[in-house]
Amino acid sequence: MDIQGRKLIKIATAGSVDDGKSTLIGRLLYDTKSLTTDKIEAIERSSKQRGYDYLDFSLATDGLVAEREQGITIDVAHIYFNTEKTNFIVADTPGHVEYTRNMVTGASTSQVAIILIDARKGVIEQTYRHFFIANLLRISHVVVAINKMDLVNYDEETFLKIKSDFDVLVEKSDFSEDQITFIPVSALKGENIASKSEEMPWYVGNTLLDHLEVLEPEDLQESSVARFPIQYVIRPKTEAFHDFRGFSGKLYGGSLKVGDEVTLLPSLNTSKIKSIHFFDQEIDEAAPGSSIAVTLETEVDLSRGDMLVKSSHVPQSEKQISATICQVNSKALRVGAKYILQHGVNRVLAKVDQIEAKIHTDFSGTEETDQLKLNDIGKVRFRLSKPIHFDSYKDNKSNGSFILIEEGDFDTVSVGFID
Amino acid sequence: MNNLLIPNPKEAESIHIIREVAAQFERPVLLFSGGKDSITLVRLAQKAFYPAKIPFPLLHVDTGHNFPETIEFRDKLVAELGLELIVRNVQDSIDQGKVREERGRYSSRNSLQTTTLLDAIEEFKFDACIGGARRDEEKARAKERVFSVRDDFGQWDEKNQRPELFDMLNGKIHVGQNVRCFPISNWTELDVWEYIKTENIEIPSIYFAHEREVFFRDGMIWTANEHVFREPHEEVMVKMVRFRTVGDMTCTAAVLSEAVSLDDVVGEIRESTISERGARIDDKRSEAAMETRKKVGYF
Repeated sequence: MDIQGRKLIKIATAGSVDDGKSTLIGRLLYDTKSLTTDKIEAIERSSKQRGYDYLDFSLATDGLVAEREQGITIDVAHIYFNTEKTNFIVADTPGHVEYTRNMVTGASTSQVAIILIDARKGVIEQTYRHFFIANLLRISHVVVAINKMDLVNYDEETFLKIKSDFDVLVEKSDFSEDQITFIPVSALKGENIASKSEEMPWYVGNTLLDHLEVLEPEDLQESSVARFPIQYVIRPKTEAFHDFRGFSGKLYGGSLKVGDEVTLLPSLNTSKIKSIHFFDQEIDEAAPGSSIAVTLETEVDLSRGDMLVKSSHVPQSEKQISATICQVNSKALRVGAKYILQHGVNRVLAKVDQIEAKIHTDFSGTEETDQLKLNDIGKVRFRLSKPIHFDSYKDNKSNGSFILIEEGDFDTVSVGFID
Repeated sequence: MNNLLIPNPKEAESIHIIREVAAQFERPVLLFSGGKDSITLVRLAQKAFYPAKIPFPLLHVDTGHNFPETIEFRDKLVAELGLELIVRNVQDSIDQGKVREERGRYSSRNSLQTTTLLDAIEEFKFDACIGGARRDEEKARAKERVFSVRDDFGQWDEKNQRPELFDMLNGKIHVGQNVRCFPISNWTELDVWEYIKTENIEIPSIYFAHEREVFFRDGMIWTANEHVFREPHEEVMVKMVRFRTVGDMTCTAAVLSEAVSLDDVVGEIRESTISERGARIDDKRSEAAMETRKKVGYF
């Protein structure tokens, strides 16, 4: 909940080049009156220049000059709109060849994924891949928007056929049926986006916008156990706060309260929470997602990269880990290579021990390989210079994920999801 | 009693980012313009390190064409919070012959700031510059990273950006490189205003409606002042106006407004149908104006 009492929902969108994804987002912006007069004018001007007889809403989201020239999106763009009740952040990710990297990136910060399907084409290979990523990242909720219904005469049979093809995929995934919603839409004509389509009386569900609005962030948030990675130690050294040592960071997974028995990692020392601070307020309990500072009852050695957890739920500590890796850089990952592994705010060195397999993102199995190239996904075993204190990604997203940084240009080359 | 903190997710994210900057870099600096976004950043930085002081200085690149109200406000804020302020002047860059003053109808010192900024980065060896840019401001900004790596020339390579996954920020750089950090990337203009209101943050008076000598050009309201080029036929009149962004006088247009309180301003923003950058004269030059300026190191 934000300060205005509006809830915040984060959405990733996925679709192939011609599914009309940019048009869908442009339409959402237009129908929620989030496009300002000058932006609408710019769209009208550009549409006219290109000789279109309709408003090309895709121009509302296609950002960079290079993209405008090619007419396709090439990166993750963030788009903001709100209704009376809800603030939305959309991570718009492209559907062409580099989609894996971009969609994984966009989906990593999102709770909901909208997967677009062109009603004329139905479920295609790209759909498999988008859904595979939603499944890999354990997105809380998926909306399958079957678009361009206007081009198939708003035909119910077409919609049902696509839905049943998609259900085959759902069975292969970890999703339950109630996490997936199918909506027939026409982004271009605005059917079932913000207002109910009169062309499709056979569809009795919510419009896309209504559906996104009824989702509750609490239901989309993972409920796990508290993990508090130390970001920065606050030592004011002023007269008023002479002995103050605040351990600051962002709290993930569960809440922390004053008096909680805590274990500190890696030392395994224990202590008790003495106070929790948020700016100049002292609070009794902080909910997950809070950026806070805590003080402890006893003098302890605790610094950036260490972790504070409740003594009742201590994570695993290992120097050997196995993870699903997605390669997000054109430099390939190979056996024997060394990287800086960043797990939350902690960094250790990591060496690739073994690439067990490359995973086909169309749910068709795995194959052997000696390297993972850009956009490849695979199973990899690592050896680390020091143990990290982690959970499995399926139990705790923030404490079960990491990035790899290569030591040459310091580029972020991979993202990992720990088994 | 059990007072439970339910976080405002955008505020918590921004504080997390600011702490990452302080932890990952040796010499960070907060770029302070005196505008509402950089004022919001200062509040967020206060929250990130309280009860300690903000552990980095503020840098103001002064075009010499700032509204006097902004400068007054800046000095007061810095004194109240006991912050370190560094000021570098575009006038000095002009005097040193590094940049040339623009002439004519749309002349502005806005783009000249880049040189002064890059010089200051070099002078103080800053490795991280915290800025108040938001992704909702302009299309090219929508793809900006939270940590954006710049080379020695301050250049931004939009095709070769580091992907940012989950909350993990990678600020590793080589000597000579620096990172532009944007803690309020995910805020909208309305978020900023509502935050200023809820937190009761003081802002410069020019954000509220006041009487000012102005003239009209290209459907925008320009400040009538010796720093702003005006054709003889462009008639000066007194209007009730306020500013939605606070930059250099030569590139910040006013809007007609009666909003004298924060409540009025928030109400006006909510109803507003002109986007914030619509009142920035520098972006009107061409559709791709912002992106072109960013590539050469503009903030």
